[in-house]
Amino acid sequence: MSSVFEPIKPRTAPIKTEGLIPWIRTNLFGGWSSTAVTLVLMALAVYLVPRLLDWAVFKAVFAANADACQAARGIGACWGVIVEKFRLIIFGRYPYEDQWRPEIATALLVALLIVSCIRRFWKPWLAVLWIVVVPLFFLLMGGGWFGLEPVSTDQWGGLPLTIMLATFGIVLAYPIAIVVALGRRSNLPAIRSLCIVYIELIRGVPLISVLFMASFLFPLFMPVGKTPDVLLRVLVGITLFSAAYLAEVVRGGLQAIPKGQVEAAQSLGLSYWQTQRKIVLPQALAMVVPGIMNSFIAIFKDTSLVTIVSLYELTGAMSLALNSDAEWRPFKIEGYLFIAFIYFIFCFAMSRYSLWIEHQLGRSRTR
Amino acid sequence: MADPIISFEKVNKWYGNNFHVLRDIDLFVAAGERIVICGPSGSGKSTLIRCINRLEEHQEGTIRVDGVELTDNIKAIEQVRKEVGMVFQQFNLFPHLTVLENLTLAPMWVGKTPKAEAEERAMQQLTRVKIAEQAQKYPLQLSGGQQQRVAIARALCLTPKVMLFDEPTSALDPEMIKEVLDVMIELAGQGITMLCVTHEMAFAKAVANRVIFMDQGQIVEENNPHEFFDNPKSERTKDFLSKILGH
Repeated sequence: MSSVFEPIKPRTAPIKTEGLIPWIRTNLFGGWSSTAVTLVLMALAVYLVPRLLDWAVFKAVFAANADACQAARGIGACWGVIVEKFRLIIFGRYPYEDQWRPEIATALLVALLIVSCIRRFWKPWLAVLWIVVVPLFFLLMGGGWFGLEPVSTDQWGGLPLTIMLATFGIVLAYPIAIVVALGRRSNLPAIRSLCIVYIELIRGVPLISVLFMASFLFPLFMPVGKTPDVLLRVLVGITLFSAAYLAEVVRGGLQAIPKGQVEAAQSLGLSYWQTQRKIVLPQALAMVVPGIMNSFIAIFKDTSLVTIVSLYELTGAMSLALNSDAEWRPFKIEGYLFIAFIYFIFCFAMSRYSLWIEHQLGRSRTR
Repeated sequence: MADPIISFEKVNKWYGNNFHVLRDIDLFVAAGERIVICGPSGSGKSTLIRCINRLEEHQEGTIRVDGVELTDNIKAIEQVRKEVGMVFQQFNLFPHLTVLENLTLAPMWVGKTPKAEAEERAMQQLTRVKIAEQAQKYPLQLSGGQQQRVAIARALCLTPKVMLFDEPTSALDPEMIKEVLDVMIELAGQGITMLCVTHEMAFAKAVANRVIFMDQGQIVEENNPHEFFDNPKSERTKDFLSKILGH
């Protein structure tokens, strides 16, 4: 005797698992310990948030008025300091009347970076754009043509300098890192040793000492008057420093590629460089995107160290702006919060971008 | 034998100083011959065929493939690799490329074939291994049997004279072995020179001209499959056959 299949009608779950209230129940009040933590944190928030808002918004001084700021000291923030010193913080020692030049130059550079990040624009003309924009950046910054006043590089400063150092540091360090990472795995002993020595030497010293050497020690070995520009020396220092760290990140990816991938490429007749370029690197780099972005973000923030050799990038320009003016000197906290906000915007954008890249690359790995 | 396409003369190979993995190998393969190599694990059978496209280098003796001697000369190695296709136990498809891109990579970059032509030829090969509808998928989206068929198609895209198979069915689920063997049997009917390391004895009986049994880096016995299976000469071969056919 055959039985007739009778489907059971779908019912809703007896306890809701989706929606706001179930989410609160499971995540905030999941047990006695998580309930306790939630309550403590809520109490802290109730205590702190109004005070913070009071300081940052309600009792803060927004006008560039030193007396009002002085009166509000300890009670409210003095955002007026940013209004007052904005140009000095953003552009450092760059001559005041020519500050439109770094403004345009930096806008162009940032636009170029944004365009370069978008997949749709990954076409040959993007390379042409780089070849055009990069010299334009330096011509605008440096001047000395078309009646533009020459501005020597030690006067460049603020955000343009930070973005410029980070951009070229990253763009130059990345290919060097890949070559060094490949070199460290080379079968040729000379190349391998060279790469190991380079990486270990650089990793053995702090960035500050590399910058010191680039700035003060290096000129001692050069004939008088023949020393390359200090900005160039510092940029080379940052690049070589970052490349060593990046190289190790890339090597981590290279090591994760199964030997079979290389063998398959070889058995198809691909040369060493074709194998690396088409098979090994695309997979290796995709694997270490988070590590690479870590290094990029570190480079961006490490540019603040060039202040030590008298190049006043964003952090240096901020100190310079406030230290030079006794009236505004007490409001450094607000100044630091402001530049912290700027750093955060850039670093957060980079971190989001790396997530997007990961998502793009992950598509071939989903089953 | 007139003009072998592959010749091994007194070939010796060591891993490091002490592991003597190939010992005095003499082997001549005629064009169009289909050879199955079997033997216990560690007997050097994989190493033997990997020497043919220089994935492994030998230290003594001479190996010639299609008239080219294999030495450190990179040009010669690349020349040989164009003539020799290889299929691996672990498929080794490129996971970041689609199936079609896996197939067109070598023709475009090694063979300098224009993209449209390479894709057309790739689709022919995919049709041949009955997997054309998966061309736009990524390798990891396919089953093991499908991946191995793609790997065979990829090796065929450079129209090699010799095909090497290194345990092509050992990493597959039992159900999928047949679909790969069917493709290999079809290939065997087309006159391509094949060297296949495998334990699929039914396959050996069906397609091989010659079966080679290796142990401890040496060729112990070689014969046509009929003689090899029904009338093995050496005690070692008998012992091996009793183990793999005995159940």
